[in-house]
Amino acid sequence: MSERKALLEVDNVTLRFGGVVALNQVDFTLYEGEILGLIGPNGAGKTTCFNAMTGVYLPTEGQIRFKGEQVSGKKRNKITKMGMARTFQNIRLFPEMTALENVLVGADAHNSTSVPTALLRLPKHWREERQSKARALELLDFVGITGRSDDLARNLSYGDQRRLEIARALATNPALLCLDEPAAGFNPAEKVALLELIKKIRDSGVTVLLIEHDMRLVMGVTDRIVVLEFGRKIAEGTPEEVRDNPKVVAAYLGVPDAA
Amino acid sequence: MTTETVKKQRWKLNLRDRFQDLPKPARIAAMVVFVVLLYLLPTKAFYENLGFPIPVGSGYLPFYTTGSDMAGVLFQCGYYILLALGLNVVLGYAGLLDLGFFGFFAVGAYTVALLTSPESKLITEYNWLESPWPWLVTVPIAIALAMLSGVLLGWPTLRLRGDYLAIVTLGFAEIIRIVAKNQDWILNGDRGIPSVGHPPGTWPDGEAIFDLEFTPYYWLVLTVIIAVIFLIRNLANSRVGRAWVAIREDEDAAELMGVPTFKFKLWAFAIGAAIGGLSGSLWAGQANFVNSNTFSLENSILVLAAVLLGGAGSIGGAILGGFIVIYLPEWLRSVGDVFGWPTQVEIAGIHIDVSPTSLRFVIFGALLIVVMIYRPQGLWPNRRRAAELKDRQKEVAPVE
Repeated sequence: MSERKALLEVDNVTLRFGGVVALNQVDFTLYEGEILGLIGPNGAGKTTCFNAMTGVYLPTEGQIRFKGEQVSGKKRNKITKMGMARTFQNIRLFPEMTALENVLVGADAHNSTSVPTALLRLPKHWREERQSKARALELLDFVGITGRSDDLARNLSYGDQRRLEIARALATNPALLCLDEPAAGFNPAEKVALLELIKKIRDSGVTVLLIEHDMRLVMGVTDRIVVLEFGRKIAEGTPEEVRDNPKVVAAYLGVPDAA
Repeated sequence: MTTETVKKQRWKLNLRDRFQDLPKPARIAAMVVFVVLLYLLPTKAFYENLGFPIPVGSGYLPFYTTGSDMAGVLFQCGYYILLALGLNVVLGYAGLLDLGFFGFFAVGAYTVALLTSPESKLITEYNWLESPWPWLVTVPIAIALAMLSGVLLGWPTLRLRGDYLAIVTLGFAEIIRIVAKNQDWILNGDRGIPSVGHPPGTWPDGEAIFDLEFTPYYWLVLTVIIAVIFLIRNLANSRVGRAWVAIREDEDAAELMGVPTFKFKLWAFAIGAAIGGLSGSLWAGQANFVNSNTFSLENSILVLAAVLLGGAGSIGGAILGGFIVIYLPEWLRSVGDVFGWPTQVEIAGIHIDVSPTSLRFVIFGALLIVVMIYRPQGLWPNRRRAAELKDRQKEVAPVE
């Protein structure tokens, strides 16, 4: 492994909700250009970790740094603008907007048209609309739902909705894309297609953090894996290392009775 | 869903789509004709040329039945339509429930009154102004102050959501009204401010255009409404409008997609307030006299009723709603006279007043309830809002 530049540093983050410790001194680093898997059994704190990174929760202790800058306490839309985008475990598109409009909302993250510009239809408005629309159509094509751009998001198939969510997140021009169980509910064929898409995203220069239940998907696509259990990091390493780690096996399969 | 309802919906869809499918010049021509008709609405010649029978000597006009006041009612409809358009931005677009919208109307009206009246205390007592300002100059100030009060109200409260926001805004309108009622130092309490200035302009014969006759005021408010519609449409079809829809549909997701939610909610509030203030300044320009009695809570509720009746999120709906809530009670007031309906019936020796005049608010209220039961999305709904409403109903009570 040559020189690697840290993109995201999760530095000893603890998150408590009253008496419940959702994250306990979680500590890992995400390097530019890699695909990192974040796995763990149900309730291990994966989504909580995501939420802490994207500004939904404020860590009780510890720091999260993105591109060397502290993230915690920043406004969520600012964090997105810094280059961190995400999808949701339970799809959260804007259901009554068209697919194109959904992606446009993401693309708007870097537009500066506000009320005066839009009210008077100044050139900037037209320029940004045109650029965003071109970019949005490009992204719909990239994730593979060309031709559905004028359909309402709610009318898309489940798989297309997941793809649309990825397109919307990519539209914010992220350096880091966080995917929260993108394969949930997919059949094997769709999973293969998703795998290809994730690789394609990485190849386009976006670092990917992947939360996933499906071990095969995680093993197939990730460069490194961080394993959480009960809010604690229990393992970190390449897919092979993690697979053979007895702690991980125990976490997923349970410990055999003394035999 | 039965085939009948499907067919019915398809027919409705066609009506709207058929208009959309017309070539653009045809659509524009149709709109122009419609607007010209609107301008002609309060003139007698309009009805004579269209062949409506006008009862001799009564001065009654069809559609509106107390004759010479038709323009007055239309003017009132006009500033309510403006209010509805303003609230529609706040409630219909950004999804923020504002129960005190009339407060901004009050800010606009009082600003104009204070600056244009020679009897304003700013002149008579405090000597801040040497002479009253012209009406036209005070309108932008009224809009700016209403906008400022919108921002001041929104800044701390827009962190609240839903019901909490509604309560705070309700309080705001009441504060303005009660302060206006009880404070003597500037707004002059219930005695109010008389001799408020009128819009400028004279007819060729030297008579002032804006005086006691209502028709010019109606034309003025109609012109303003048309301008406001264009500006609102510009906003709705832009990054701003998209942000509002996103906030309304899923505020958290919108924020995580980089939408500065607070900023755009504040903008919605400010724009709504500005339109409310504009409406108030137009009203004050006609009313001649402003005191606190005008700004009671019913008015805020009436504007809210207008938006919901017409269909939140739709410009056409706001216009239709604003028109109906004013026009219908006024029409009922005199329709009985025109058609010679009985005003009393006698049942078992008891005389019961059944004239539409005295029952007009009962009828109006009942109609509102009926519409809300059978058409909760409003009479002229925004497609998107209507669908959102349906989704939400499904969440509450799963059908099938």
